Amino acid sequence: MPKHTFVLNGERVTVKVANDERVLWVLRDLLGVTGPKYGCGINVCKACTSHINGKAFNPCSVRIGDIAPDDEITTIEGLPDTVGRDLHPMQEAWIDRDVPQCGYCQPGQIMAAVALVRKVQREGGTITEADLDSIRNICRCGTYTRIREAIVQGARKM
Amino acid sequence: MTETAASTTDSGGDAERARPSLDRRRFVGYVLGGSTLITAASMLSPTAAAALDLEVPSLPQIPELIDLEDLQTLAAAPTAGLIAVRIDEQGEAHFALPRAEVGQGIVTSTTMILAEELDLPMDKIHVTLAPARPELLFNQLTGGSNTTVSTFEAVRVAGALARMRLLSAAAQVLDVTVDELRTLVGTVVDAAGNILTFGELSSLASSEVVERVEVVLSPPETFRVIGTGRRRTDAREAVTGTKQFAMDLDVPNALPTMVCRPPTHMGKPVRLRNKAEILRMRGVTHVAIIETGVAVRCKTFGQCIDAIRKMDVEWDLGDLKDESDDSILERLRRAEIPMVVPEVPVGARQIDLEFEFMFRSSAALEPYAAIADVRENSAEIWAGLKAPILAQTNIARELGMLPNRVTVNVVTSGGSFGHKLFGDHAIEAARASQAMGVPVRLMWHRADEPRQGRLHPMCTSRVRATMLRDEVLTFEQRHTSVVTDFSHGFGEAITSALDELPTELGRRLGGLVFSELIFTLTQELPYNLGLVTQLLSETDQRFSTGSMRNIYSPDVCVAAELTLDEIARQIGQDPLELRLRLIRDARVRRTVEAVAKRGDWGKRMPAGTAQGIALHKEYKGNTAVLVEIDCRPATVKRKIRDAVTGPRVTKAVIGVDAGLVVNPMGLEAQMQGGFMDGMALTLTSSCHLRDGAFLEASWDNYYYTRQWNVPPEMEVVIMDPGVDIPGGAGEAAVGSSAAAVACAYARATGRVPTRFPINHGEITFKPKTFIPPVPPSPTNGLKFTY
Repeated sequence: MPKHTFVLNGERVTVKVANDERVLWVLRDLLGVTGPKYGCGINVCKACTSHINGKAFNPCSVRIGDIAPDDEITTIEGLPDTVGRDLHPMQEAWIDRDVPQCGYCQPGQIMAAVALVRKVQREGGTITEADLDSIRNICRCGTYTRIREAIVQGARKM
Repeated sequence: MTETAASTTDSGGDAERARPSLDRRRFVGYVLGGSTLITAASMLSPTAAAALDLEVPSLPQIPELIDLEDLQTLAAAPTAGLIAVRIDEQGEAHFALPRAEVGQGIVTSTTMILAEELDLPMDKIHVTLAPARPELLFNQLTGGSNTTVSTFEAVRVAGALARMRLLSAAAQVLDVTVDELRTLVGTVVDAAGNILTFGELSSLASSEVVERVEVVLSPPETFRVIGTGRRRTDAREAVTGTKQFAMDLDVPNALPTMVCRPPTHMGKPVRLRNKAEILRMRGVTHVAIIETGVAVRCKTFGQCIDAIRKMDVEWDLGDLKDESDDSILERLRRAEIPMVVPEVPVGARQIDLEFEFMFRSSAALEPYAAIADVRENSAEIWAGLKAPILAQTNIARELGMLPNRVTVNVVTSGGSFGHKLFGDHAIEAARASQAMGVPVRLMWHRADEPRQGRLHPMCTSRVRATMLRDEVLTFEQRHTSVVTDFSHGFGEAITSALDELPTELGRRLGGLVFSELIFTLTQELPYNLGLVTQLLSETDQRFSTGSMRNIYSPDVCVAAELTLDEIARQIGQDPLELRLRLIRDARVRRTVEAVAKRGDWGKRMPAGTAQGIALHKEYKGNTAVLVEIDCRPATVKRKIRDAVTGPRVTKAVIGVDAGLVVNPMGLEAQMQGGFMDGMALTLTSSCHLRDGAFLEASWDNYYYTRQWNVPPEMEVVIMDPGVDIPGGAGEAAVGSSAAAVACAYARATGRVPTRFPINHGEITFKPKTFIPPVPPSPTNGLKFTY
């Protein structure tokens, strides 16, 4: 069984697993990192959204064999450390707006929101209604309106 | 330690119940025996019981006299004295709520109620979910938007009694009278500045025997916590990813398990032709045929998916293999109860409309999932369950054990919407664990959910209204549905409560079969429409069904409200004016007027766009919704990958009168979420039945509301109800939202839609394979980073 090394939430980890195992199951089933959730397994619902080298990706649809030793994977668990605080500003906005209901999709929503805001900021803009419309993450409780409000609020502190 | 318990009924409870008018704030609670303070109360609200004790006039529809909320609340009666609050030696409170938190916010609202009565900060109150407690009989079922309605007074009584006992204990210690003391955030203080903490007092306040104590509840005008907006108690866990759902629990050796399911809805496995090959696959530890398919247990879920895709299974395709949408619709038409009023009486005008509502999947984002550890003579289960007692009974029967050998732990769920009323996932996990002889962590693949999971039944609703000039003389509605499964225990709870009813009501309700009973208890048109009849008939028991965030109401409401709009159009009256003219309930009227004002009803709108307004009365309250919709081609045809776009609701104003509101923030969330559901029912979400199989297999073909469908403008208006008892919220907004969107769509396009959702006729996706039943996991995820 091949060994795979990568950086997970700031720490180097090594795991023995077949090349074609998807990263989601490496995280959840082998490493016990359960913040990223399963909602479809085919890159549609986005509940597992995490970051690779600072960009949003969906680990359900990436083979561990395609991850390089220097790749930095950040899950919701590691998000606060990326800004050196207890909570990332987007998480604070989420709490302030009381966004979650059941909470199942929210780790993925927050990781998607952070990446979206960074992308918009890289491109020199601010979050628009069209940007918010482009978010694909599903929330079956229907917290969408508060998600939109929280992203605008959180972006101001990023 | 001290524990107190409260009950509003016991052997002497009937007396209290019979004369609630003497003092509506006086209740009976219990101090239970224990080393620290434990107080307890019964779940039966004397206020609700008093409300039932009334004369039966001849005309009103049944829900005006008694509704499903009342019957659910009554169903809680036999379990008096069984819910208890414990104060520990640190002065913190503990309460195990016999309900399921599925995202609706009842843990937060229950914490608020206890904070109010105990005078403790919310972070010192620990509300957990009780495991299955068979002695609670029917009083452990979460549904019908009933939790706050049925638990409000009991939780208050238990909390108030605990506070009373702590004050008495402090009076003893300080040698003063209770009048000279007051509580202050978890302490008792006197005028001299002496302070005792609840923790110090808990043991002293406890009792060795059960004591029956009279409790006086403070009036609502003194509330400091109830009625104020509070954030969810689990918000931090949710946003940091530490909130645990069933699949996140660390149960030793409970390895990932999935099931290879049949290509038709409700098909069955016959045999696995290549078992040896599957067992040789990487990571596979066990394979077993269970009733619903072929279960496989592996080191990872990824390996389960790979194994399922390789399975060669012989299937029994079952009874539905030749059925499709059209054949089921035809069955429904044949089962419809005839109208009473003849077609077009002399001199009158008649509207005859028939609406069709397609199958819908009630699946949450967290798929069905459960952990089971079945041993030789005992079993332990972990799952999100809204009816855990029934799950325990069913699992025990499946396993051939006594129920007391089966421990059922209730885990917070990633959504329910009615889906987790059933224990399908827990039963399946138990079967797999027993068959394999090892613990399993069983999860449904997303593709399994719309194809094999519970569905909201297909139904039709026919409405005939007769008008003479501008008066409505008759309004008849015939709702015909594929059978709704009520085997989750709701049925037993409700029918047993019928015996408690005053005689005349009991007689009127007792003769109905259960689904008709539920229909009769929930449907009420709050309008003066002359002769009104709303009748249900159900046919075809072959589907796996359940109710999705409301039982019959959303579909019935859409049909009725569209008919109201059509009446308005035919008599040349504005839809709002017609409603205001016909509404016969003051609270409903206030809500409608409020949303009409906030939403600027009647404002000029460009061609192809329109407003719509609709209302719904249920759950001891009412909702009214006003929307603006954009049906112009440029909007409808906007392109988004793997998505339906269609008409865009651009604004929504939701008015809600939910009785006394415990947590306005939680209520606002329920209204917003209810709207997203209602809008999806009208515009986008359904399952297509073709040759016994449902085509949908994931969120890229089951079109629940997505961000590109969400109204950019949304407002929730919470009404002051003028009553001091709470109503239900979880399902309240769905029907009025679905109807308002439908009405707006009809006005914008000039066509009354008759099939829902409106996009059902066009299949815009390529169905995923049925054999294998789960799609391959993609490998191109790194192409979509941003």
